[in-house]
Amino acid sequence: MALDPDAVRRIALLARIAVTDSEVAALQGELNSILGMIERMQGVNTAGIVPMAHAFEMHTPLRDDQVTETDQRAEFQAGAPAVQDGLYLVPRVIE
Amino acid sequence: MSDPVPLGLVATARALAARELSSVELTGALLERIACANPVLNAFITVDPEVSLRQAAAADERIARGDAGPLTGVPVAHKDIFMARGWRTTCASRMLAGFVAPYDAHVIEQFDAAGAVNMGKLNMDEFAMGSSSESSFFGPVRNPWDITRVPGGSSGGSAAAVAAGLVPAATATDTGGSIRQPAALCGVSGLKPTYGLVSRYGMIAYASSLDQAGPIARNAEDLAVLMNLMAGHDRRDATSLARPAEDYRRDLQRTLKGLRVGLPRAYFADGMSPDVRAGVESAIAVLRRLGAEPVEVELPRVELALPAYYVIAPAEASSNLSRFDGVRYGHRAASYGDLADMYSRTRAEGFGPEVRRRILIGAFVLCHGYYDAYYLQAQRVRRLIAEDFASAFEQCDVIAGPTSPTVAFALGAHADDPLQMYLSDIYTIAPNLAGLPAMSIPCGFGVHGLPVGLQLVGNYFTEARMLGIAAAFQRETEWHLRAPAAMTP
Repeated sequence: MALDPDAVRRIALLARIAVTDSEVAALQGELNSILGMIERMQGVNTAGIVPMAHAFEMHTPLRDDQVTETDQRAEFQAGAPAVQDGLYLVPRVIE
Repeated sequence: MSDPVPLGLVATARALAARELSSVELTGALLERIACANPVLNAFITVDPEVSLRQAAAADERIARGDAGPLTGVPVAHKDIFMARGWRTTCASRMLAGFVAPYDAHVIEQFDAAGAVNMGKLNMDEFAMGSSSESSFFGPVRNPWDITRVPGGSSGGSAAAVAAGLVPAATATDTGGSIRQPAALCGVSGLKPTYGLVSRYGMIAYASSLDQAGPIARNAEDLAVLMNLMAGHDRRDATSLARPAEDYRRDLQRTLKGLRVGLPRAYFADGMSPDVRAGVESAIAVLRRLGAEPVEVELPRVELALPAYYVIAPAEASSNLSRFDGVRYGHRAASYGDLADMYSRTRAEGFGPEVRRRILIGAFVLCHGYYDAYYLQAQRVRRLIAEDFASAFEQCDVIAGPTSPTVAFALGAHADDPLQMYLSDIYTIAPNLAGLPAMSIPCGFGVHGLPVGLQLVGNYFTEARMLGIAAAFQRETEWHLRAPAAMTP
């Protein structure tokens, strides 16, 4: 699998990372060399092998349905790029 | 004042407990040393002398009251991946360059409760992605043994600070070798525990199924004391293991007689440089002299660890790092159009090249149409690798081999070739995939007088035994006592 420039642009769009044309050209080479290395595992016969997502098979632990977090909105929003009236500001999405 | 720091954490704690010096004196002296060395080494991103000295004064009071624990007043520095309330916490990224943590990581809470002094936040590869600590937004860390060379990564600041005697110990994290490889390249000791032993709460995520925190220090006993503090169940991390507390010092004096040391054929094939091979083989001879029995073992699929890792880790990273969107915290682009444009420009500006590459690889392998062939195949290969280790541990108690294929390389050596950089972790990645504990200890010096590390990989939860093997080795050798020429005038 080798990525062409359009595939690089599509992945960058999915990842929400802006790329210039010259970056696309550089990325195409870099990503293809990484994918070429990854290719080595494609031929391995893994029929019947259960994918391993974690070191230990664990079930999601449940906790009691109790309030454990206190309101720290002001402190957490202190580091936000743009805030007004306790809300995060972003460009308008609905006209 | 005699300087206990080069002797390590336990020696430093002993000097403080015996009131041979105060924590304020020691902290002040080390802050001066850091101020002197850091312009060259760049091991610290943030120091805050006022906060450190205040913690030291509180520790001195605690010692005077007779209320001190084993680490009260001991200076420790933290990789800048751990949230520490009130401290700038950057993960070495432009994305978080101005971010002040609003809460403490579990690990930080443990050190604070013990009365340790936070000496500052240590430099690293951006978002812990890298093997040289060159990808930091705050500039590269330099190796105290040779400042034209890298300290390894991603925990390069942690390893360099300990090696240079700026702190007796440091915290670090390891996703594919980020504790062990810098420990090897800087001539210090580092342990990546079994996955789940140390809480990841407040530790900025890279690849959550692989990330694990651990200590870097000068010797095995120091690592054991640090593990006693860092390990333990935490409900705030869903993968934190609930296990009875253990004393990681318990096997420090244990004999190596009858210990079966597995030597994986794959780890001793071509690929290791001759100086690293010489160091590792001499270390195995020492273990044999101490009564251990080398056994040849097979890890037939271990060469697949690198490709599997570079699917799994980027996939998890692309998901984890989606939170950096310029909305709730961190960097936001100065100019943008609509919301999607704000996200894209913010992330293009905020992430460095290596982080962008891994996010893009991750986005690709998770794409519809490629998910089975890449992501699920990598997870199946991951299981095969874990099964290889399980078979090997039927024939041996611990596995030994090199930590890194070479000694520290020159700054910029792999700047144009990410793949060459990835190969630096060829021996360290597989234990992360399996979730196994692994460590690196100094075992000699190679070309240009640069340190060589011996890697030990243990079965699950055998950290105490591994630390005992390292302690026995360190009683017999003095590699861990060597220190680079001081940076102080």
